[in-house]
Amino acid sequence: MSISRRKFIQLSSLASASLMVPRFLKAFEHNPLSLPGGGKKSLVVIQLSGGNDGLNTVIPYYNDIYYKNRPVIGIKKADAIALTDEVGLNPALTGIKRLYDQGFVSIINGVGYPEPNRSHFRSMDIWQSGSTADQVVSTGWLGRYIDGCKDCTNNTMGLEIDDSLSLAMKGKDKSALAVRDINQFYNAATDPYFVKLAKTHDDEHDAKLANYLYQTLRETSSAAGYIYQQSKIYNTTQVYPDTAIGKRMKTIGSLIVANTDTQVYYLSHGSFDTHVNQADRQKKLFEELDAALTALVADLKQNNRFNDTLIMTFSEFGRRVGENASKGTDHGTANSMFMIGGGIKKGGLYNNIPNLADLDHGDVKYELDFKQVYATVLDRWLATDPRGVLDGKYEPLTFI
Amino acid sequence: MDLQEQNSLLYARAGFGIRLEDFKNPRPVKEVVESLFPTAVPGQLQLISDEEWAEYNPKTLKVTMTDEVARKEKEREFRRRTGDMNLLWMEAMVRTSFPLVEKTAMFWHGHFATRVDNPYFDQLLLNEIRRNALGNFGDLLKAVSKSSAMLQFLNNQQNKKSHPNENFAREVMELFTLGRGHYTEDDVKEAARAFTGWGYDENGAFIFREKQHDATDKKFLGKTGNFDGDDILNIILKQKQTSIFITQKIYRYFVSDEKIDDRRVNALAKNFYDSNYDIGGLLRDIFTSKWFYNDDVAGAKIKSPVELLVSYQRMIPMSFKNPNVWINLQRVLGQYLFNPPNVAGWPGGKDWIDSSSLVIRMRLPEAFFASKELDLNAKEIEPEMMKGMTKKNVMPGQAAQTFRVGKLDSVDWSGYVAFWKNYKREEVRAALADYLLPMSLDEARLKQVEGFADNDNDEQYIKSMTILLMELPEYQLS
Repeated sequence: MSISRRKFIQLSSLASASLMVPRFLKAFEHNPLSLPGGGKKSLVVIQLSGGNDGLNTVIPYYNDIYYKNRPVIGIKKADAIALTDEVGLNPALTGIKRLYDQGFVSIINGVGYPEPNRSHFRSMDIWQSGSTADQVVSTGWLGRYIDGCKDCTNNTMGLEIDDSLSLAMKGKDKSALAVRDINQFYNAATDPYFVKLAKTHDDEHDAKLANYLYQTLRETSSAAGYIYQQSKIYNTTQVYPDTAIGKRMKTIGSLIVANTDTQVYYLSHGSFDTHVNQADRQKKLFEELDAALTALVADLKQNNRFNDTLIMTFSEFGRRVGENASKGTDHGTANSMFMIGGGIKKGGLYNNIPNLADLDHGDVKYELDFKQVYATVLDRWLATDPRGVLDGKYEPLTFI
Repeated sequence: MDLQEQNSLLYARAGFGIRLEDFKNPRPVKEVVESLFPTAVPGQLQLISDEEWAEYNPKTLKVTMTDEVARKEKEREFRRRTGDMNLLWMEAMVRTSFPLVEKTAMFWHGHFATRVDNPYFDQLLLNEIRRNALGNFGDLLKAVSKSSAMLQFLNNQQNKKSHPNENFAREVMELFTLGRGHYTEDDVKEAARAFTGWGYDENGAFIFREKQHDATDKKFLGKTGNFDGDDILNIILKQKQTSIFITQKIYRYFVSDEKIDDRRVNALAKNFYDSNYDIGGLLRDIFTSKWFYNDDVAGAKIKSPVELLVSYQRMIPMSFKNPNVWINLQRVLGQYLFNPPNVAGWPGGKDWIDSSSLVIRMRLPEAFFASKELDLNAKEIEPEMMKGMTKKNVMPGQAAQTFRVGKLDSVDWSGYVAFWKNYKREEVRAALADYLLPMSLDEARLKQVEGFADNDNDEQYIKSMTILLMELPEYQLS
């Protein structure tokens, strides 16, 4: 059964995409290339879903305890990429190693929180909301940052490259926008029927909630139009890998170079839940991540945006020190975070890797609270008082 | 509000929308309200029989549990069956003659939020909730507090005399009964001691482990005695605040996402308390109140994702070849049954709507009914694709699962179209809007919508007008 919306078809056959930009979007049009280049900071957050194994990412290859605990899946010193005499990097992360050598990578170790939770969902909630283990918070740390923006007329300050929004990007009043495919989203959100509805809705309507929905619709159409136009400004010559994460990185790269007003980009990669045959899976995921990241960085460098971009990775937890009987690892606690960008002040290993001689029931102890890392990013990168976003006061770190 | 509008509002809030025959023949509100309540206790939803579980439970499977592959396999199987449980319940919502039971059960499912990835424990708790949904709140509270799903989710299995675990004791007051600010930290500590020894066996049955129980005196909410868990719950039920807290949440769920009217809530709560917590009585009280039919109540609720998906299916029977599309839609739209975001359940209201979810909601009618397929990604934290994974056969990285909405296996418009064909052409437009939307549309708006409709014949007109009206933001409201 098919129902034709004849008026739609007429419209779409007559008008080219640019003609279809509704009039009320014009207010947001400006030529970003005429803006003074640089200065505006971007943050790219990469979520490694499922709990990435930190110890096979940043490898303590000097340490017998590591190999005793991981006789099968421990990565041999000869296979790892040397960072220091004591620490190696997962062999799949060759691109990150090149950036590391140039001083663009800071690896922060032993990041976690007190009373760690081993449930994917709960621990992901804690990381995304920026709460403590015993708090339940229904907004995300980046969402609260976006919420705090006073002069944001557009709701494109945060952009998640996906169909649905993560808790991290949800604010109380304002949230980020979730878009997986910009063209598709633009076509959907600027459907002539929707546009007409939004444009002609009478806000004097009795029902407040209806007004709220229409306002959301208008903002969404407007944001979709804005992002769509921005995505057409810069046609990258950089080749990105043809993978899910490669495509998402390409979207992010083109928007950062176009100098959109988006400040926070968010994407997920995974799943790193490697209970079984960890080595192959982690290798594959890392290769995809490394290639996509390398392409993004090259793109940004070529367009002088690398100095204004900070890329950070996190995962809801690391994995246990001891391997299991299936060549995998189970849910653990603290983990390493990677900070990558032209603005990194302190490249290399930011702090010591976890002490494997001092474990808590087979898990590494956390050394830094992840909220301290968030506070640093908010304070030093996004120029925002962290106390407006996070409960409690955290001393900023010095990697940026 | 005229009688038809009153009926529409009542059926929308007490269920999943009004049926065509009820729309055509509205009845006095009191009569409709009485017809919402079943005369018998709702039948159990059974996916896994006790016998099946006996062969299936972790104790029986223990032999293989040292094997990681087998453990993962079991977890996956549990998740799959939890998904089946989800579909079974949704099916019950679509087919039931007493939608008020399922609608209220969904309220309690969010109120007593658990996430245990155990289909049998989920089934036990859901059936307790459905059985007591319209019954006595005290009975419901005690049944939930003794359910394996809740005891597991809030760690009461680890609550022992030597090492009290306060998780359950805290949440039972903060989220289930009194609300924050109506108890002290000492009350939490003392209550936790009273709940020591409450646990469950591998078949999900409640057990009281006397050796783990702290049988000394506790001081709780101003009373002292050698209280056990039941005593604590009884003391909590004696507090008027419990009736107020529950009534506020019920009011928000059934009446308005917007500001709570304290005067109305307090009056309702008083009756609720005096009736010794008769939930059905509270709902009758609400649905027969004059203010419930004030104009500002219509459209004061945003439909929850499950409510939305169920109301589509109740209106126009349809099915997908792969029913998991329904589950994936729940996930993308943010209400994944048996998987609440956290112990506080789904916040609801405006929280259901953001830019992406609104556009997806508005695209659903075309995806369902007009062959305009919609590809979506559901986020994935754990890999679902590990089955049969060997060293040589590693699934590629996947942070999301793509699924397609569209390609219905069957859709049955016949009853719907036949009904509307009886209307005169000039009347059908406004009547359809009245049927589908919580507030009426003015003539100009109707004309605008009609401008996009297909006028080839009556059937196409009815279908296309229906789709267009369902795409209006107002359709997201009830």
